[in-house]
Amino acid sequence: MRLSFALGLALTLTALTAALVSLFWTPYDVAALSIADKLQPPSPAHWLGTDHFGRDIGSMLMAGARTSIAVALVAVGIGMGIGVPLGLLAAANGGLVDEFVMRGNDLIFAFPSLVIAILITAVFGPSAVNAIIAIGIFNIPVFARVTRGGALGLWPLDFIRAAEVIGKGPARISLEHILPNIANLLIVQGTIQFSLGILAEAGLSYVGLGAQPPTPSWGRMLAEAQTMVALAPHVAIVPGLAIVGTVLGLNLLGDGLRDRLDPRLRGRA
Amino acid sequence: MQRYLLKRLVSLATSLLVASLVIFAVIEIVPGDPASYMLGLNAAPETVTALRDQLGLNASAPVRYLGWITGLAQGDFGLSYTYKVPVSQLVSQRLAVSLPLALYALALTTIIAFPAGMIAAARRGKLADGAVMGVTQLGIALPNFWFAMLLVLAFALHWQVFPAGGFPGWDQGVGPGLKALTLPAFALALPQAAILARVLRSALIETLGQDYIRTARAKGLSEGQTILRHALRNAMIPVMTILGMQFSFLIAGAIIIENVFYLPGLGRLIFQAITQRDLIVVESVVMILVFAVILVTFLVDLAYVVIDPRLRTKG
Repeated sequence: MRLSFALGLALTLTALTAALVSLFWTPYDVAALSIADKLQPPSPAHWLGTDHFGRDIGSMLMAGARTSIAVALVAVGIGMGIGVPLGLLAAANGGLVDEFVMRGNDLIFAFPSLVIAILITAVFGPSAVNAIIAIGIFNIPVFARVTRGGALGLWPLDFIRAAEVIGKGPARISLEHILPNIANLLIVQGTIQFSLGILAEAGLSYVGLGAQPPTPSWGRMLAEAQTMVALAPHVAIVPGLAIVGTVLGLNLLGDGLRDRLDPRLRGRA
Repeated sequence: MQRYLLKRLVSLATSLLVASLVIFAVIEIVPGDPASYMLGLNAAPETVTALRDQLGLNASAPVRYLGWITGLAQGDFGLSYTYKVPVSQLVSQRLAVSLPLALYALALTTIIAFPAGMIAAARRGKLADGAVMGVTQLGIALPNFWFAMLLVLAFALHWQVFPAGGFPGWDQGVGPGLKALTLPAFALALPQAAILARVLRSALIETLGQDYIRTARAKGLSEGQTILRHALRNAMIPVMTILGMQFSFLIAGAIIIENVFYLPGLGRLIFQAITQRDLIVVESVVMILVFAVILVTFLVDLAYVVIDPRLRTKG
């Protein structure tokens, strides 16, 4: 196992574990305010220090991991759930369907994602759900493109011809033969979109368009820390490190998976 | 060549049309009446009626859409409800901050990414390559607004070289203005430069394996000359594509970064407009941002023709 892959796996598992454990246990209650303990630097009692309300930053990070991961994961689910069928359809039918799907994708790409998120929140109000929708919409064209590209490469191959000969229709071939063969591509792309989703969620909640209080989120922790950067730098540094660590972990994991799952890349540096 | 241009132009027009329809439709589905939404719960019914008239809300949706679109085409973006001034005036003031910021960041992105990508490609597998790949991996994972806070912590609070935020205005001179934009531009540029350096590296490595590169080396060119004269131009197509996409990231990123540094740009405007429920401003600014992105994509398509002569003859 390559070192970067191991590091990626370790970082990702750390974030996932923190999120899962936070469901039933955090060192301190994330909602409990204790002004007397505010802005404490890291200490044995509070490993990562406390924020301006005296809340334990470590506990907030764990609960924030839950928000980030949930938002990014559902957004990837939206992208895969809609994008993959669209890509399969475009590859199987070609012609007008293909043209329609790909032009629709171009259009979504033309909107800067944050601008869409702003538009959605301007109209429907800020919330984690709207953040998920805003991020998820942009995953659709990505997965449609990857699926279509992978599927187009498979359709001319002999084993697909064979399936056609024994009378399987395009829908069955897409599901039974194409999809399993592009699963690797989708897993790798899923990891990448997952990491982008974490970054996007952090950005949205930083500007107040993501999860609303009291739901803990890494982006909002940074927003609240901003005015206190000079007084207590750790309040700003710690949540940022959590974001970088998780995103870096997912990226390394994605790279590693690509190398392992694609036999053509195996053995290459 | 002409067919290529025509095709691009048609796609530019279609994208703009559909984008404007989508934006209009989203604003249309604001729950309830836009006028009462903008005025809040405690507004008197007469005020709401007056605003409805002023906004032309009594007309049908297609008529209002046409009115909005023809206005946009003539540079009339409507009247801001909260500022009581034409939106075009607000936008041009804010653009004087946002556009230089995006361009500054774009310049920094290329200045950082090109040498890094070229060194990594030339020294593939060596220590320099490993260093560039490691740093860029970290750069990609960096949220730009957090990086911005670290920059403030280091260069504004600790060393006090650059201001921590705010913008003096261009009438104070170009120097102070650029100084105020330096940290924001760096915060925007670094993560993008990391992506660009990686794309450039792999594009260069791809072209360095071609036969004409072997010829160039065989006639005695140094590695640096080979890359500069032969490989770089051929690696430019993927790099231009990414650079074009990055412009849209820079625009979107600027919205957040402007909030970190309290810069009076389009990003601040759009957030103020959202909190004040000034939908006319939101609608128009979003349309302008989307227009900018679509236009850049179009320009990148044109740039392909300049870089790759083969496209001039093909359809």
